[in-house]
Amino acid sequence: MAHDTRPLARIEQNVGLLAVVIVVLVSLGGLAEITPLFMNAHTVAPAPGLKPYDALRLAGRDVYVREACYQCHSQMIRKLRFETQRYGAPTEQSEVVYDRPFQWGSKRTGPDLSRIGGKYSDAWQRLHLLSPRTLVPESNMPNYPWLEKRKLDYADIMARMRVLRRLGDPYTDADITAAYEATKDKTELDALVAYLQGLGAPAKEAP
Amino acid sequence: MSSAPAAATQSAETYDDHIVRLFLMAAAVWGVSGMFAGVLAAAQLAWPALNFDISWLTYSRIRSNHTFGVIFAFGGSALMGTCYYVVQRTCHVRLALGGLARFTFWGWQLAVLLAMTTMPFGITQSKEYAEPEWFIDLIIAVVWVSFAVVFFATLLRRRIQHIYVANWYYGAFIIAVALLHIVNNLAIPVSWTKSYPIYSGAVDAMVQWWYGHNAVAFFLTAGFLGMMYYFVPREAKQPLWSYRFSIVNFWALISIYMWAGPHHLLYSALPDWTQSVGMSFSILLMMPSLGSAANGLMTFSGAWHRLRESPAAKFMVTALVFYLAATLEGSLMSIKSINALSHYTDWTVAHVHSGAIGWVAMITMGSLYAMAPRALDRPEMHSKRAMEVHYWLHVSGLLLYIIAMWAAGAMQGLMWQATNPDGSLKYSFLASIAATHPFYVIRFLGGLLVLAGMVVMAWNLWHTAGAARLNQIKPIIVPIPEPIPEPEPEQVPPPLPARG
Repeated sequence: MAHDTRPLARIEQNVGLLAVVIVVLVSLGGLAEITPLFMNAHTVAPAPGLKPYDALRLAGRDVYVREACYQCHSQMIRKLRFETQRYGAPTEQSEVVYDRPFQWGSKRTGPDLSRIGGKYSDAWQRLHLLSPRTLVPESNMPNYPWLEKRKLDYADIMARMRVLRRLGDPYTDADITAAYEATKDKTELDALVAYLQGLGAPAKEAP
Repeated sequence: MSSAPAAATQSAETYDDHIVRLFLMAAAVWGVSGMFAGVLAAAQLAWPALNFDISWLTYSRIRSNHTFGVIFAFGGSALMGTCYYVVQRTCHVRLALGGLARFTFWGWQLAVLLAMTTMPFGITQSKEYAEPEWFIDLIIAVVWVSFAVVFFATLLRRRIQHIYVANWYYGAFIIAVALLHIVNNLAIPVSWTKSYPIYSGAVDAMVQWWYGHNAVAFFLTAGFLGMMYYFVPREAKQPLWSYRFSIVNFWALISIYMWAGPHHLLYSALPDWTQSVGMSFSILLMMPSLGSAANGLMTFSGAWHRLRESPAAKFMVTALVFYLAATLEGSLMSIKSINALSHYTDWTVAHVHSGAIGWVAMITMGSLYAMAPRALDRPEMHSKRAMEVHYWLHVSGLLLYIIAMWAAGAMQGLMWQATNPDGSLKYSFLASIAATHPFYVIRFLGGLLVLAGMVVMAWNLWHTAGAARLNQIKPIIVPIPEPIPEPEPEQVPPPLPARG
């Protein structure tokens, strides 16, 4: 086939060339869509009043992430009338700048939680996490009874805050040392409830 | 195609099929366990008491065992096994670097086993389809690079000048998955069990769905198209409908797919321009997707009697029909106004499973049924009747599943949007949960049928291998035919056989 002069014939006979062309073509999409967002990420100012998660809420958020709550609950109110009517103002980029990983979700087996904070009492949230069907008989959410029994580990939370500071979250030394007092004798349930009650709060308080 | 005339001279070299058999058996085991996790998760959504208040059996912990189990353990083993089989046949050469190839098998099994034993204990990044924590991601990266080395080294040793198109798809799958896996999993570890991604908020969302969508594109599409382009002509017993068309579709598919990720984030806080670009490319994607499906289906043109003779061919044709349907549906769902209704509902679940149970699982099963007897040196599968039973169990399970989820999804979307004459919302969220219950029961039954079919397949493979195991004392010798003389340039692609 040495006489084959079709323009693409060389690619079809040369492994190196084929691989290079594939690499170039599959890189374009990501470069075009991710790079501008990544390079401009520092220009997205946090929403007014939004601070990095304090020690207790961070611990709660990590419980939320560990239990993979995102598989049934979104944290993204889309810019659609029926969504804002049900859940509140649309979620903005500026509200999620401290979210690692993001928790927008892809499926709502349960409702969106972006602005769940303050909607129910702490006591309701606690009972609902331990035994959802006691409060909402039609719910198909699992019980999470072990959250009540597990104590928080302040050293671990401080290590987490230090890593987040390295990634750019503006934690002060005082924020990190405060983790000891804030999480002492607290359970994972306390932390998760604190996280949930803080969801969407800055936007509500904003003028 | 690589099939040589029967009179071909034989080389002293043999195909390395031991590695293929290992992956084949792993695929059967992971297929059953991954689908079992799915059936359990489906049952838990219908009857929450089945969570048993045990943390590691709870839905939110076990669901990723289903997705990871079927995609990466079952699909991954099937892809790597068929890839090693196909690259040897189409290059007329033994697999390069046999030791490294063994390492890719054991390394991959270790990685998926670690993933599936850590995720239920909450060791997860909670990034969809990229759940395993950083140390498992590192193992996956090393194994994947080794896989690439074995594959491309084999291509370099080939005895056929032209690289057959199936290898292009396998090659693109290997390269793109490496890129996606590494970029999406960049994270700083806190401890063995916890890490934070270097991206946050909207950037993390963009990276994750660039990954998530292209895991579908390159793991679940390009890889399985590689399988399709080898095994469909084999099973149809005639050449591809159009070789040139397969190449056009290849370049279009791999360049367009990578742009489509943002359609998972429509109307979200992701910047609007990104959403519009993602949606436009998703619609363009319809062309190469329909093209590939048409090329596969048309390959059976004039050979439809094969559907009567071979259950494997039946699996393949049904797979191609579902590939066509699912990709068409996917492009439609990426249109913003349709997505407003479908997103966050069970419609997405229906779409995914029409692609996964319909296309991916069925092309895999068809290909494995076609490959297993050859790799095991048997004239045919142990039981043809069991293959038929598997086919009908699988198809009826699939239909029950997706019809239930389509209905549930459309219902949820409409209920969430419905308003009273005064403009207030008509239904509480809870009303949509209650209304979904019957559909979850039907979905569970559908999943159960698919799982039952997979068990039948595993049984059939076990007995096919059983006959071969008796011969395992001496290795199975598969002679490599000497390369056929290259056709003249005018004959590329070779002319189609005349049809009566």
